[in-house]
Amino acid sequence: MDRDALIRRFVDAIGPQGVISERNQLRTYECDGLANFRVIPSVVVLPETADQVRAVVRACREAGVPFVARGSGTGLSGGALPVSDGVLVVLARMRRVLEVDLDNQRAVVEPGVLNLQVTKTVAGDGFYYAPDPSSQQICSIGGNVAENSGGAHCLKYGFTTNHVTGLEVVLPDGELVHLGGKAPDPPGYDLLGAFVGSEGTLGIATKVTLRLLRKPEAVRTLMAAFEGTDHAGDAVSRIIGAGIVPAAIEMMDALAMEAAEAAVHVHYPEGAGAVLIVELDGPQAEVEHQFAEVERLCQEAGSTTIQIASDDEQRALFWKGRKSAFAAVGRISPDYYVQDGVIPRTALPEVLRRIADLAEERGLRVANVFHAGDGNLHPLVLYDGEVEGQEERAEELAAEILFACLEHGGSITGEHGVGFDKKQYLPKQFGADDLEVMQLLRCAFDPDGRCNPGKVFPTPRLCGEAPGPRRVHPAERAGLAEVF
Amino acid sequence: MAATLEGLERDGLVRPATAADAVDGVAAELVAEPASVREAGELLRAASRAGLRMAVAGGASKLGLGNPPERLDLLVSTRRLDRVLEHAAGDLVVKAEAGTRLADLQAALEPAGQWLALDPPEPGATVGGVVAANASGPRRLRYGTVRDLIIGITVVLADGTVAHAGGKVVKNVAGYDLAKLFCGSLGTLGLVAEATFRLHPRPAAAAVVTLDVQRPEQAGEAVRRLLRSTLVPSAIELTRAGWGSPGRLTVVLEGIRPGVEAQAATAAELLGEVGEAEALGPGGTEAALSQLGALPWEKPDVGLKVAVPPAELPGVLADRLWDGPFRLSAHAGTGVLRLGLDGRGDAEQVAGLVGEARERVAARGGNLVVAEAPAELKRAVDVWGPPGDAVELMRRVKRQFDPDRLLAPGRFVGGI
Repeated sequence: MDRDALIRRFVDAIGPQGVISERNQLRTYECDGLANFRVIPSVVVLPETADQVRAVVRACREAGVPFVARGSGTGLSGGALPVSDGVLVVLARMRRVLEVDLDNQRAVVEPGVLNLQVTKTVAGDGFYYAPDPSSQQICSIGGNVAENSGGAHCLKYGFTTNHVTGLEVVLPDGELVHLGGKAPDPPGYDLLGAFVGSEGTLGIATKVTLRLLRKPEAVRTLMAAFEGTDHAGDAVSRIIGAGIVPAAIEMMDALAMEAAEAAVHVHYPEGAGAVLIVELDGPQAEVEHQFAEVERLCQEAGSTTIQIASDDEQRALFWKGRKSAFAAVGRISPDYYVQDGVIPRTALPEVLRRIADLAEERGLRVANVFHAGDGNLHPLVLYDGEVEGQEERAEELAAEILFACLEHGGSITGEHGVGFDKKQYLPKQFGADDLEVMQLLRCAFDPDGRCNPGKVFPTPRLCGEAPGPRRVHPAERAGLAEVF
Repeated sequence: MAATLEGLERDGLVRPATAADAVDGVAAELVAEPASVREAGELLRAASRAGLRMAVAGGASKLGLGNPPERLDLLVSTRRLDRVLEHAAGDLVVKAEAGTRLADLQAALEPAGQWLALDPPEPGATVGGVVAANASGPRRLRYGTVRDLIIGITVVLADGTVAHAGGKVVKNVAGYDLAKLFCGSLGTLGLVAEATFRLHPRPAAAAVVTLDVQRPEQAGEAVRRLLRSTLVPSAIELTRAGWGSPGRLTVVLEGIRPGVEAQAATAAELLGEVGEAEALGPGGTEAALSQLGALPWEKPDVGLKVAVPPAELPGVLADRLWDGPFRLSAHAGTGVLRLGLDGRGDAEQVAGLVGEARERVAARGGNLVVAEAPAELKRAVDVWGPPGDAVELMRRVKRQFDPDRLLAPGRFVGGI
């Protein structure tokens, strides 16, 4: 099937308004939230129903063409980067909230529904959807499922994977399957758990059943300033050590504060080297008691000033400063690289010092914004692309930071995903056998490797037919690929 | 077979099986007890080369789950894989070998004021068994199940390949989440050798409020009100000793003392609007907690596990489960019911009862699994029920991980 024939198939299946094939229009989709990488796809389709997704995927299968799914395109690892000879399946038009079932604390939504929209839909009834990535105003639930998105409040409430109980998925062969549902403990393999966070490499989710939580009775938030990140880190250790599980503990260093201040005027204390935002939520009496303890522990760790959010508005301002920090860095640096790495929380002071040393060695600045409670760092490497060599040095530094995370037993990504950006680092975190076993899962879902190819894993794997006598794959015979 | 495993036998790794080593009535020929992950890898490699059918046992507390394996040559026991490898208290993380008994792990964590927030009812359960059988208990309402708490895993595939996924940090999206894939896989994809979990602070105080339940609708209304409130109960359990006896709803509130007391008062008030509610004193609380989540069956009973969306609980009970010959122990807040009935009855009659109940449960969007049953009954019923439209995909996963079907063949869903 040539490109024109494929386009005709798409138009037949979903109508001309859902198919984009003009090169200048295709450019809109050449990258996701990680703009360093750009690829113009062959065709973009915007299906509106699961049946249309199936038709598209079947046509791709028959044509032997790869496809990439995309939600809002806010991902930061190039997970929705198109492939040049492939089809980009944009789920943004599948935006219906299909069902709200408060008695079972579930909502069933289409993948293009925006994260914050779920909370807005049920807020009037006193419920909310817990995962809250910083991009929650524009990122889609389908994208959250692909990336297993986190957010500031996942310290207490977990990640997307803990809040998705059911999925309808179009598999790479065009079959439709249902994984999980509203009832707990469905018999069989937890393919739902394997699918969430698979970065679009196992299929396309067309319906998502989400867990809704009851809004807590009380929420208390404080912002504590410290001389430096060591003292702030000590406060975090004391809070966790006291057996308190805050809803969130976020840290920003001086440079991150400078950027956020310029953007949203939070009025961070003068001269502070680090701030912590600590939020507690739950039943009133418990929250009040523990909040007083958190205040005391921050003081004991040397906090210079503590501001307590007096109302929802001030709380929102604390969070606005934190959640806009990435974008705000654009105000203090022409270019910057957003890194995402994880360390055991207790290694925080050591790793922050290492990052500072590495930055100094390369003559670059790093702003640190992170989820301090779970050791998820977001160092922002500042550079000027106009200055020769800076971009390369920034990339090197960003990579060195990941290696430092791995040396401390951490991970190369806590929530942004491996995607296209970090696939070469995955073998530094996992051994060859580990990666091969992961590929077994891929082979069960996508034996032809046509679903978001070239992402997550550094080397494509050919899936042998099993069981039965092993056959030599044509690509292997031609010396184009290696079989593991 | 003997020739291939000779080396292992010489090392004392393999011994002849006894009657006690049977899995669900299927006798094994050999038993192996590897003491390290490396040894487990060597063992499985040798055994798979010899074409041995294998099953894995930890504390052997849930061997009745699933179909009896089609054939069994080698039982692999994780008994000697029993070390707690790392407890990073400041990071609220623990890594343990699969054969570590959950109770021993909890005891090791207690001095740090921490625990692995899993409370499955089976005594003697091991960490690996809890993972492989997806075992859960009353406090899943608050903490989730093992899939929500596991952050890293080491597995040994049938061919001896040792692989890791996840890690020792709570937040980590690098690579596929194989730990979740292995949760509930019942030893059919590989041997769970090590697991790493996130931990929680051990609650300092507990309070219990109970409600006498005459009819299932009353329990349903109470649960609905609790879940709609801003209370954060650790568990909401519904129990009934047997047909004709009254039921009891037990609400467990845990945390710091002042918080727990305030919550208990609110819960008592809220339940008081539905029926006879009581906030228990210290003695009553202790007794209630010690019995919490106990299985409503013991051999040779039949044990059914029903899972429905929680709001369907009263409806499902009213569908002849409340007025039938069942003992009940339900996680009412999450929609997981355990029902015990006398297994000495006529197998065909019991099978009919199970079949009818399964249809009614399915109509309410749930599933019914026969979790424990005499062998005779297992031959008469499908223990897992209809596997859904993803079963072919599950078979493909199985074929990738265990292409020769050496691991517990036939034990799992859809004959996997």
